[in-house]
Amino acid sequence: MAKRAAPEVNAGSMADIAFLLLIFFLVTTTIPKDSGINRKLPPIDDSEVEPPIIKQKNIFTVLLNKNDQLLVEDENMKIKDLRQAAVEFLDNGGDGSCTYCKGAKDPASSDNPDKAIISLKNSRETSYAAYIAVQNELVAAYNILRNRRALEIGPQKGFRDMNFIEMQNNHKDVRWIGNKEKLKEVIDQIKLEIPQKLSEVVE
Amino acid sequence: MSKFKKKKDGGLAPINTASLPDIVFMLLFFFMVATEMRPDTLMVQNKLPVADQIEKLEKKYPISYIHIGKPSVGYEKYGSVARIQLNDKFADVSEVGNFIGAERLAEREELVPYLTVSLKVDKEANMGIVGDVKQELRKVNALKINYMTGSGDALNNIK
Repeated sequence: MAKRAAPEVNAGSMADIAFLLLIFFLVTTTIPKDSGINRKLPPIDDSEVEPPIIKQKNIFTVLLNKNDQLLVEDENMKIKDLRQAAVEFLDNGGDGSCTYCKGAKDPASSDNPDKAIISLKNSRETSYAAYIAVQNELVAAYNILRNRRALEIGPQKGFRDMNFIEMQNNHKDVRWIGNKEKLKEVIDQIKLEIPQKLSEVVE
Repeated sequence: MSKFKKKKDGGLAPINTASLPDIVFMLLFFFMVATEMRPDTLMVQNKLPVADQIEKLEKKYPISYIHIGKPSVGYEKYGSVARIQLNDKFADVSEVGNFIGAERLAEREELVPYLTVSLKVDKEANMGIVGDVKQELRKVNALKINYMTGSGDALNNIK
């Protein structure tokens, strides 16, 4: 029998089929947003232990009222100024025990980052968007200080030009080549030196 | 007459569309890979606020989602104030504890302590309901939470 060439398949409609599928996936797709601000809630404390007395100067009060207005340390403030104000408060180093602080050393402000507490008070009618904005600014203030500290002590430990955020990302990244245990030590040290102390109250 | 016709014929050659399916397939594969089917239908409005100090949620640990927002179009009969959606139904604040319990039971035991509760809250919601949910989470000792946000300048949240 004579060898017959296999008939060629008409692929002209392939594009149409592919378009159909493409449009289906375009419509159904939702690119997931899986990032956000991580927080840890305080555990419920039933014990009758007297809470330690905290000096007023070590507390940075941020009040967000039901109209989303901001009152910081009893003064009206715009949200864009909050980050800088929080940095100045945390970085003050009033009692001189904090060697890495570069603040004003104002005796009327916080003693050191370990004692400094930010107290965030919001009303039930505060909008969530405003609350997130304030949370974001406060986290940013901590991150600014931690990044600065990371750039200071990083080079001594062999992690050059890496700020705190990059250190954390590298620690999580499985493809990162480097001494992870040492990196973890540096991260823990920074976390210990500049702890996030954020207390929240709902009015 | 024929003189003019000839000229027109020799003009533009047709565009070759042979590689069109390849391009379309490329796009198709991208969307197929990037897509994630919603596990349950969303019954509340869910426009997330934006922030710029965000961390990526780690997928290797279990995550439970709690949606909060006002009922979306088609669910107006549930009112116009923000409500909680757990799985695929509206829930009361008191049910949050049970929901977390059920989520924990469904997870492998060694992963339970790493359970993160991701709060997907509409930006128009009030803090009252969010605070109530947070209090419930504290009661069941689910302390790792994440406020899910888009990325952008947080100052845009407040008008």
